[in-house]
Amino acid sequence: MRSFQYGSGGGFVPPSTSDFNLPPVIGHNPYTTKPIFLVVLSVVVISVFFLAASRKALVVPSKLQFAGESIYSFVRKDLGEEIIGHEFMRFVPFLFTLFTFILTNNVFGIVPLLQFPSMSHVSFPYVLALFTFVIFHWVGIRKQGLGTYLKGIAFMPGVPKLVYILLTPIEVATFFLVRPLTLSLRLFANMFAGHLLLLVFIMGGDHLIRGVVGLKLIAPFSFAFGIGMTFFEFLVQCLQAYIFTLLTALYIAGALSDEH
Amino acid sequence: MVRIIAAEATTNPLVPHVAELIVGFVAFSLLFLVLRSRVVPMFEKAFAARTEAIQGGMEKAERAQQEAQEALVQYTAALNEARGEAQKIREESRVQGAAILEDLRGKAQEEASRIIAAAHSSIEAERQQAITSLRNEVGALATQLASKIVGEALDDQVRQSRIVDRFLEDLEKSK
Repeated sequence: MRSFQYGSGGGFVPPSTSDFNLPPVIGHNPYTTKPIFLVVLSVVVISVFFLAASRKALVVPSKLQFAGESIYSFVRKDLGEEIIGHEFMRFVPFLFTLFTFILTNNVFGIVPLLQFPSMSHVSFPYVLALFTFVIFHWVGIRKQGLGTYLKGIAFMPGVPKLVYILLTPIEVATFFLVRPLTLSLRLFANMFAGHLLLLVFIMGGDHLIRGVVGLKLIAPFSFAFGIGMTFFEFLVQCLQAYIFTLLTALYIAGALSDEH
Repeated sequence: MVRIIAAEATTNPLVPHVAELIVGFVAFSLLFLVLRSRVVPMFEKAFAARTEAIQGGMEKAERAQQEAQEALVQYTAALNEARGEAQKIREESRVQGAAILEDLRGKAQEEASRIIAAAHSSIEAERQQAITSLRNEVGALATQLASKIVGEALDDQVRQSRIVDRFLEDLEKSK
């Protein structure tokens, strides 16, 4: 992972954004970086797991099928049916892919040996937010027609005309800029900050243990805190996968309903 | 200067990498296709089968319960009927038993009185016979005795019996 940078005085160099720049594994090929491998790995892991879990589709499920079904039915019911309503089934495959893809890539951040959250590279959240952006606008346009849909966004019904001076820019910005940006940046920032925090405590502990006796005694606390933060990080990783999918479902539901 | 800006751009975490954008897009699309075509239909199939199984089971249980209810009603009715029947039979047999007892008692009474009557008449006949026999024997003895004493031949039958009768009458009178 990170090559330790000790100054001439052996001073501690805190982890920074440069720790997220992982060089290509093979030469200068930009497609051979760790985050890219992790994303590809996540697709393989998710596909294999769910193909195996759903292969038999038994009425009385095996443990594997039950595990797969639990995740699937969570997305289907809590994120699909309860938020989008009667048309939810069309969007379940997308929401399901979104949730499992984000969750797996997030959890890679604390999986031993992998230990890097691919979503801390902003490109991936950008791509996901783009999918959500295109889908929820497309759904709205298909449902209401382009004119009605855009008019509904720009000129919210039931508001005095003068208020549109303020409201129209805000609403347009919300729908076309703020939503995709917040969606991707929220996920990215959480993963980025979480990983940075873990680096601080683990590397800090590592640095302390090389120090004088007094510092050696403090090192275990740094490691213990790092381990504690790992558990906390797991919670955040699950939560962020949930929030991203939940907001996507909410945006789709908003585009489907006539007045948002 | 240009170099510094370029270096900063690569370390700016908000700037996306083209390679990552492409890989992210392809990877996500691929995963979506796999999950949509293979996984979701299979899970939906399992859910549908399960719903059907549960509904079928519930209907079956309901039917079984109804059948059990009907059987219970039938059984209760049959039981009540049997109880009534038993009560009736018991009553009948009690009446019948009483009648039979009464009948037997009457018969026994009759038999007893018949036997008593027969005994009475038999005794009476015996007595009469004894009296007759006695009278003849006593008569003969007495005649013998008298003829012996009186020395008079009393072989005439008519006279003889007259004398005996008179004798007996006297005997009875003297009693």
